[in-house]
Amino acid sequence: MSTTEHSDHMDSDTGKLGMWLFLFTELFLFGGLFIVYAVMRSKYAGDFHHAALELNAFIGATNTVVLLVSSMTVAMSLTAIQRNQKSLAMGLIFITLILAGVFMVNKYFEWGHKIGLHLYPGSDVMKTLPHGEIMFFGLYYMMTGLHALHVIIGGILLTIVMLRINSGKINSQHYLLQENGALYWHLVDLIWIFLFPLLYLIT
Amino acid sequence: MKNHDDHISSYQLNWTVLLVLLMLTTISILAIKMHLGAYTVALALILASVKVTIVLTYFMHLKFENLLLRLMVGGVFLLFAIVIAITFTDYYFR
Repeated sequence: MSTTEHSDHMDSDTGKLGMWLFLFTELFLFGGLFIVYAVMRSKYAGDFHHAALELNAFIGATNTVVLLVSSMTVAMSLTAIQRNQKSLAMGLIFITLILAGVFMVNKYFEWGHKIGLHLYPGSDVMKTLPHGEIMFFGLYYMMTGLHALHVIIGGILLTIVMLRINSGKINSQHYLLQENGALYWHLVDLIWIFLFPLLYLIT
Repeated sequence: MKNHDDHISSYQLNWTVLLVLLMLTTISILAIKMHLGAYTVALALILASVKVTIVLTYFMHLKFENLLLRLMVGGVFLLFAIVIAITFTDYYFR
């Protein structure tokens, strides 16, 4: 192994390490919101129970499956690029992007339905609700909104990865960007794994 | 930026991991619908933690990473657990 190759490999390791450090900051960003949710839930158990009944567990469950499958396709695309199966790698990322789109469309209907019922922060209906329910919906919009923003950013990142595979900049020897893009996408999935039971399932 | 000597996960492994994750999701939905009272939240969190561990280990390749990275990830999750524990101790005993 030549010196250049050795330092190249170190670059890849440090690049991935940097991505993980970034993911840790993301974890604490959402972690803070989870702590607020937990404390408020223990303080306003009754209101949280009542407000959570408004949420559509079916849409939540559908989006859970969508994200889990998309996590697998993005993991498989990494296997494909490592095995030098370029078009398969691009196809799998394309499927991931479609699934990201399905997730966002579901979110659009879900939020749209709630906004139709005037259940959004600052609405006239919201002002008449008990304090705990206002807290629940505030946290619901904040947490799912911040998560949806991550889905959009992840989608943009994976689009860039797909274009770079097409142009050959990402190939079976150099795929750090794809690894990091996949890590980001898995983080989006990780956060949803906690959001789904906490917001949609527990009533 | 060569990373050609990385571990390659098989498609088979990815499929299996997805099936396990979907099974755990089904279990958590069914378990919560059974209304187990005080244990519901605890059960949901335990099942979610198992799923997150599986995603971290296999999809995010931690199983095949070096020891430094594995210790870092473990350490951060431990730190997060401590932060939650301290917050609740503070909240309940003030």
